[in-house]
Amino acid sequence: MSSTTHTSTIGAIGAPSRRNTELALLAFAVVIPLFAYINVGLALDGELPSGMLGYGMGLGLLAGVGHIVVRKFASYADPLLLPLATVLNGLGLVVVWRLDQSERLQNLAKAQFGAFSPSAPNQLMYSAIGIALFVVVLIFLKDHRVLQRYTYISMVGALVLLLLPLVPGLGMDVFGAKIWIRVGGFSIQPGEFAKIVIAVFFAGYLMVKRDALALASRRFMGLYLPRGRDLGPIIVVWAMSILILVFETDLGTSLLFFGMFVVMLYVATERTSWIVFGLLMSAVGAVGVATFEPHVQKRVDAWLNPFSEAVLQGNSDQIAQSLMAFGSGGVLGTGLGQGHSDLIGFAANSDFILATFGEEMGLAGVMAILLLYGLIVERGVRTALAARDPFGKLLAIGLSGAFAIQVFVVAGGVMGLIPLTGMTMPFLAYGGSSVIANWALVGILIRISDTARRPAPAPAPNPDAEMTQVVRP
Amino acid sequence: MSELTLTVMRLGFLAVLWLFVIVAVQVIRSDLFGTRVTQRGSRRERPQQAARQQQAAPPQQRQQQGGGGRQRRGAPTKLVVSEGILAGTTVALQGQTITLGRAHDSTIVLDDDYASSRHARIYPDRDGQWIVEDLGSTNGTYLDRTRLTTPTPVPLGAPIRIGKTVIELRK
Repeated sequence: MSSTTHTSTIGAIGAPSRRNTELALLAFAVVIPLFAYINVGLALDGELPSGMLGYGMGLGLLAGVGHIVVRKFASYADPLLLPLATVLNGLGLVVVWRLDQSERLQNLAKAQFGAFSPSAPNQLMYSAIGIALFVVVLIFLKDHRVLQRYTYISMVGALVLLLLPLVPGLGMDVFGAKIWIRVGGFSIQPGEFAKIVIAVFFAGYLMVKRDALALASRRFMGLYLPRGRDLGPIIVVWAMSILILVFETDLGTSLLFFGMFVVMLYVATERTSWIVFGLLMSAVGAVGVATFEPHVQKRVDAWLNPFSEAVLQGNSDQIAQSLMAFGSGGVLGTGLGQGHSDLIGFAANSDFILATFGEEMGLAGVMAILLLYGLIVERGVRTALAARDPFGKLLAIGLSGAFAIQVFVVAGGVMGLIPLTGMTMPFLAYGGSSVIANWALVGILIRISDTARRPAPAPAPNPDAEMTQVVRP
Repeated sequence: MSELTLTVMRLGFLAVLWLFVIVAVQVIRSDLFGTRVTQRGSRRERPQQAARQQQAAPPQQRQQQGGGGRQRRGAPTKLVVSEGILAGTTVALQGQTITLGRAHDSTIVLDDDYASSRHARIYPDRDGQWIVEDLGSTNGTYLDRTRLTTPTPVPLGAPIRIGKTVIELRK
């Protein structure tokens, strides 16, 4: 009886703005890092940390500003993106602060740089700048389609950003990777910003060329082979990412760019052959570079035999320590503030921050963190599905794809799944450029989702319309 | 700080973190369904579900739901065909007249050899009591065992028989 059809009304998508849901989640998202902070303080000193009030108010203030701006300027935006980013940023701050307290890392910094300066205040400042950029994006980017006009400018911009670290006098060589520039007293990682700019270029380019790429092709062994002239851009991007790899020895960024391009190409053309090509080409590139570039060779070596004598002595014991940290965490972890992930030494609070989570929160905590990332990506893909214009669709998928690839590359590297590539975990890791660029990325996603979810203006009411009753047997 | 406190804090933190993930997924759930189907006049919704619909439904639909809920307690809310070819069909009762017969514009089209084209109608009177009236059919309309001659109030659950089709009113 219950399977029969009742008289029912099928309405359009209900489009509530859901700002209050966002506010509630945001409050929750501020409480979680605060809880973690108290946890660390109790474990390390046996008393509530003195900065608790200031820290909580700081994070709450940042989240509140973000929320008010979203409420005012993007009132139909996705309710989850802001709270998810806030909770990750907050947890990152706590763990950066926790690693600041480690005497081992303090001594290491003194031995290496002559002085130790805590990272957490800087990270809090970067988060504030990040939120400020987020606010600027939401206020000044009224419609994401404006970005479409700057397709080729953004291509040039991305190339310039990528090449900046190679400029003599501006670029810095930090531990084998030339991905930094120094401006004033600050070091900036232009690759993080190039990630967003190049997504704009790809989206604008593919929107125009997608039909040529999708339809003009020959079928060969079940695969669509594109024409040579359509293959041009993918070859160029591939070559570009290989060049980055060779000259800047930045495995992560080149993987990120190429992966993002393949994802967007696949979404634009619906052709599986592009994925096959992409995987083949990246495999060829990676193997080729790994054979000839000594820096990359070392990374691959450390990945394959992290515990071998040669790697531990001559190379670095970071991966070995990171794997040990994950292992000693077990399922439920040692508890915040009670692990020994500071043994990783250099970059424990940036590239390797996930290892600290792995040790102190265990498998359960890392799974939750990865799920939080997964949810951000899911909301991005959902935004792409809901977006009504092809440019917005491609931009949203490109940005969330880049985010997902970055998380995969870092987490995979730290856990020993793929060779380590100096990239930072978005929001969690210590690093100004990364936090700021990712807040801008979330800002653009929120702008697109606001446009996508905003209900279309209501049609003029029809006086003849009455509720229709349908009776079906 | 005692070992016990730290253990409790550690597990508590993991629980809170997962709670956040679960709450976030719950928020997504309400986004998954592209269209919202509003059951009109159905009183048997679970209260929890009704509350969620109320919260999420846009104002116009909320008004409709209010309209459906204005009926008195104990009044029938739907008409169910319990025997015959159409067995299993239900029609929500919303104060409108329901016509039965072979004619294509009837509310319930009876494909029954013994039914006339305009066989009977069921309508609420001013007090909200549902009345069945035979519209001069050839083979007659039966309420329980008696053939109808005048408009007659229909008690809940009493079978109305038209040819091989039996319908009744239910809550």
